[in-house]
Amino acid sequence: MPKDFGIGASTKRREDARFLTGNGQYTDDINIHGQAYAHFLRSQVAHGKISAVNVEAAAAMPGVIRIFTGADFEGVGGLPCGWQVTDRHGEPMKEPGHPVLAQGKVRHVGDPIAAVVAESAAEARDAAEAIEVEIEELPAVIDMKAAVEGGPLVHDDIGSNLCYDWGFIEDNRDEVDAAIRDAHHVTTLELTNNRLVPNAMEPRVAVGDYNAANDESTLYTTSQNPHVIRLLMGAFVLAVPEHKLRVVAPDVGGGFGSKIFHYAEEAFCTLAARQLRRAVKWTASRSEAFVTDAHGRDHVTRIELALDDGGHFVAIRTSTLANLGAYLSTFAPSIPTWLHGTLMAGNYRTPLIYVNVRAVFTNTVPVDAYRGAGRPEATFQLERVIDKAARELGIDPIEIRRRNFIAAEDFPYATPVALEYDTGNYHATMDRLEEIADLQGFEARAETSQAKGKLRGLGVNCYIEACGIAPSNLVGQLGARAGLYESATVRVNATGSVTVMTGSHSHGQGHETTFPQVVADMLGIEEGQVNILHGDTANTPMGMGTYGSRSIAVGGAAMVRATEKIISKAKKIAAHLMEASAEDIEFSEGAFKVAGTDKQVAWGDVCLAAYVPHNYPLAELEPGLEETAFYDPANFTFPAGAYACEVELDPETGKVDVCSFAAADDFGNIINPMIVDGQVHGGIAQGVGQALLENAVYDSDGQLLSGSYMDYAMPRADDVPSFTVDHSCQTPCTHNPLGVKGCGEAGAIGSPPAVVNAVVDALSRGGYEVAHIDMPLSPSRVWQAMNA
Amino acid sequence: MYDFEFERPATVADAVAALRTEGAQVLAGGQTIIPTMKNRLAQPVKLVSVGGIADMSGVSVGDGCLTVGAATCHADVAAAAAGAYPALASLAANIGDPAVRNRGTIGGSIANDDPASCYPAAVLASGADIITDRRRLAADDFFLGMFETALEEGELILEVSFPIPDAASYQKFEQPASRFALVGAFVARSGGLVRVAITGASDSGVFRWREAEAALSDDFSRSSLNGLALSPEGMISDIHGTPEYRAHLAGVLTARAVEAA
Amino acid sequence: MPNVSMTVNGRNVSGEIEGRTLLSEFIRDTLQLTGTHVGCDTSQCGACVVHADGRAVKSCTMFAWEAEGADIVSIEGMANADGSLGVIQQAFQDNHGLQCGFCTPGMVMSAAALLQDNPDPSEAEIRDYLEGNICRCTGYHNIVKAIQAAAGSLRAAA
Repeated sequence: MPKDFGIGASTKRREDARFLTGNGQYTDDINIHGQAYAHFLRSQVAHGKISAVNVEAAAAMPGVIRIFTGADFEGVGGLPCGWQVTDRHGEPMKEPGHPVLAQGKVRHVGDPIAAVVAESAAEARDAAEAIEVEIEELPAVIDMKAAVEGGPLVHDDIGSNLCYDWGFIEDNRDEVDAAIRDAHHVTTLELTNNRLVPNAMEPRVAVGDYNAANDESTLYTTSQNPHVIRLLMGAFVLAVPEHKLRVVAPDVGGGFGSKIFHYAEEAFCTLAARQLRRAVKWTASRSEAFVTDAHGRDHVTRIELALDDGGHFVAIRTSTLANLGAYLSTFAPSIPTWLHGTLMAGNYRTPLIYVNVRAVFTNTVPVDAYRGAGRPEATFQLERVIDKAARELGIDPIEIRRRNFIAAEDFPYATPVALEYDTGNYHATMDRLEEIADLQGFEARAETSQAKGKLRGLGVNCYIEACGIAPSNLVGQLGARAGLYESATVRVNATGSVTVMTGSHSHGQGHETTFPQVVADMLGIEEGQVNILHGDTANTPMGMGTYGSRSIAVGGAAMVRATEKIISKAKKIAAHLMEASAEDIEFSEGAFKVAGTDKQVAWGDVCLAAYVPHNYPLAELEPGLEETAFYDPANFTFPAGAYACEVELDPETGKVDVCSFAAADDFGNIINPMIVDGQVHGGIAQGVGQALLENAVYDSDGQLLSGSYMDYAMPRADDVPSFTVDHSCQTPCTHNPLGVKGCGEAGAIGSPPAVVNAVVDALSRGGYEVAHIDMPLSPSRVWQAMNA
Repeated sequence: MYDFEFERPATVADAVAALRTEGAQVLAGGQTIIPTMKNRLAQPVKLVSVGGIADMSGVSVGDGCLTVGAATCHADVAAAAAGAYPALASLAANIGDPAVRNRGTIGGSIANDDPASCYPAAVLASGADIITDRRRLAADDFFLGMFETALEEGELILEVSFPIPDAASYQKFEQPASRFALVGAFVARSGGLVRVAITGASDSGVFRWREAEAALSDDFSRSSLNGLALSPEGMISDIHGTPEYRAHLAGVLTARAVEAA
Repeated sequence: MPNVSMTVNGRNVSGEIEGRTLLSEFIRDTLQLTGTHVGCDTSQCGACVVHADGRAVKSCTMFAWEAEGADIVSIEGMANADGSLGVIQQAFQDNHGLQCGFCTPGMVMSAAALLQDNPDPSEAEIRDYLEGNICRCTGYHNIVKAIQAAAGSLRAAA
């Protein structure tokens, strides 16, 4: 019976009322009286030495207030990197500077050279065109192999384009080599994980404001984590202390990782507003977004899977080149390492694994986390090589997976790549998938397709992800320069309503609805009595924000802890009101009862008493009812699942249509099934996009060829089918109070291999023995593979 | 976008007069020129909107021809031509998306002559005439290459007159991002004469595939295309397809158009 | 500066513009109706869709002066007279047809235009009609469901 209230109910989203009526408030909807507008003059070349920037003519243009160049930022810190990776020789990664405005050199198309602040956006842009820039163009390095094999240096001062050469686990290397050398069978696959542009539909915006009366700066920005931006920008770039700096992220129109990072435009608008004593606004155009938002993925990998004669996995060895782009974006170094290498065990008992990643600077836009972040890269190579092995050995692709699954009774399970999975049941999700995808009926559907002249293919795969990256003491050892806890303050108001202030921040996930479901359920009050405040450093406790599917698992847990503290204190107040001992108070359904008696007080009476403390035992009990908790998880959470995709391929044109997609996920306990379904739908569409459509392509000069929606193929409504999703398999997380695992990235992690496996299957059924096609499997690429 | 002057004349005569200004340009539906101007890749001194000229809008049928006013939007062509010239209506119904089809016009499309746009294929394969404020141009003389037409400075397209073929079909294979034609093939048969126009494929814009026309005029069936292939030479090469792929697609789409016609 | 006048959501409005002022800019900046969003500069994402004289148009690909005298409806004009959600808006909420909400105004306006032309669209027709509206969050699944539900409600009420 579906619940209609609290945890487990598909409560309709309260935020929808404003979004559906045009009353949402996104950053670009904020206009401050007297604001000026910034426009950035950006490099048109991928690599060059700036010999001169002459702003004289531009400064005289109508409406121009001031023009800033790199020289104005010489005394200002660069954009910091939040994670330091140690390479396999024990050396720290190379960490080149990342100036707000280019200092002497430009390193990618889109790198900002100067910024005009003017009375209108159009005047700022007009003047930017009048800036005379002399650039001595240098050869660009775009290809990662060329970059590590002596190509032009992106950063002269570090003497190499290699940021780090990471081995994981380095001590296992020889043993893995030996196992692969001696194996019964080794399947090898070389593949590319295509570079993607996150493309949240809301382009980035920054509005800097300054109040000279109290020397306070405010930045309104499109961010998934305003506290992180305040810390990074305040402490490392502008040297403005937190109490003089407020960062506000109002409604955020999607992020998918791209709005985690601290960007130059945020620091610029904040600083310019301080210097000009008026608000400064910058709104990215989509074209600008393509060359300034951090991109995602972009790995080239060789993976080897060794198997014994029974089809059991013996060892895995991978070698990856990971593109970092021209600068280190905020969390870039952690993506190809700790969020990728640690996932290489997947859902399987592979005793020996070694992962090598060489991370490389190129003259391209910085690369950082994008929905899934490292985990899709791991899942794709693993699930593709397993499929290839199954074909080579003549084993059914589902059977080979089942043969190697970590069994339900094996949990907790320690992988050879440093993770300990607490719970899971991979056979159960696969069983569920076989039902919901009607795999029995596939052959009949294939015949129907054949009658139409189409090739039908079925692709199946599994995935595991590690969400809610934690705990802080571990990630600190791994190089994180931040803690990865989350915070919540629960404020009970005098009349019994509740305001929750959380460091998590929704950018489409519906926290304003789901978080109250949890608190209301715990307090036995109506969901409508609970409100969420988030996205503003002025009224929320320091928190790390929303990414990595962490909000409910970490932020939700903090909220539970704070609510538990509320209940504990409320019991003391109730005990006082009923002249009983706090130990004897029971709380249920919104009432406090003295155990074994019929004495009780209602929630509302206790709340009122907290703020009207007449006859209060002040020595033992403080007035008020407000509690804060910081929750630092003991471990990651490990959602997992099994996905199936059916495609139809037109052999004349190579065009692939996705006919159906089914996802059986285990997310542990679920707060709001409707929202979980929606998260999976969106993730699958992004994964299908990566598999079939999306590709950020640079030419050898470093020009982005897919720099707009005219060439970067976003998945549209007619590119995807309706999906079949199921999350009835639930193995609750053992170490957070809600038993939840997180669901935001699963769809994007699990779906690309299913699509590619399906296309390879379709080709095989049509008599085309194609081992692999690199994503995106565009019609031309499929046709070329068929006609190779 | 650079600023500019604008005029919204109510008559063709006023529009033609307004276009005499140096640097003046016609604004039809704006679905191409506005994005181009946003990226500062065009800088007209003056835009002369033809949206307010009633005479330039509408679809009429007579004397075996379907005539489309140059300022008629794609959605209106899709609706009004469905009975008389379904292949043209279906082409119009698949340009861009619904909102684009409510603004974009046939005149704007053929005057711009984007090598990946759909209308030029219909105009060329139908052997349509382009009627301007000063002359009547045959389709064969109108399209001169990528983004290049026979239009003179200030010349205004008033209408396009399509002889209605006995059978026709347009097959479009979409570029996955822009949804323009990666390749499109328009096949039109009138009596024993067949014309085939290919868009999207060539570096020189829309063109007639004469070998296919000859073979199909002989025998209007898919099989008569067997053995015929376009040379990849001169075909567009970009991230969405090689010249070989485009040449191949042109063959597939032509065959499909013959079947569907 | 030239002046432009039009009706927006039933209200007569006018304001100063430049030649280059887009309809979307006039709506957002001059009229402060910020429900109409701008998500791209190549006329593809559809976040800016409004109705002009009853037809869906991309307000970022139309100059404000081209709308002189036109009857414009934006997302702010879609709720019922009492402020409650209109049928299509309600269907989007009921079916979780939105997440971040940024593409939503354009989606709702396109859905309304579709249902005006085709009161009983199939799933394929809905997907085809939404070609010019990009959503990055929902995977379109629940948008399609919402439009189907809205179509049903509108037909039942007709």
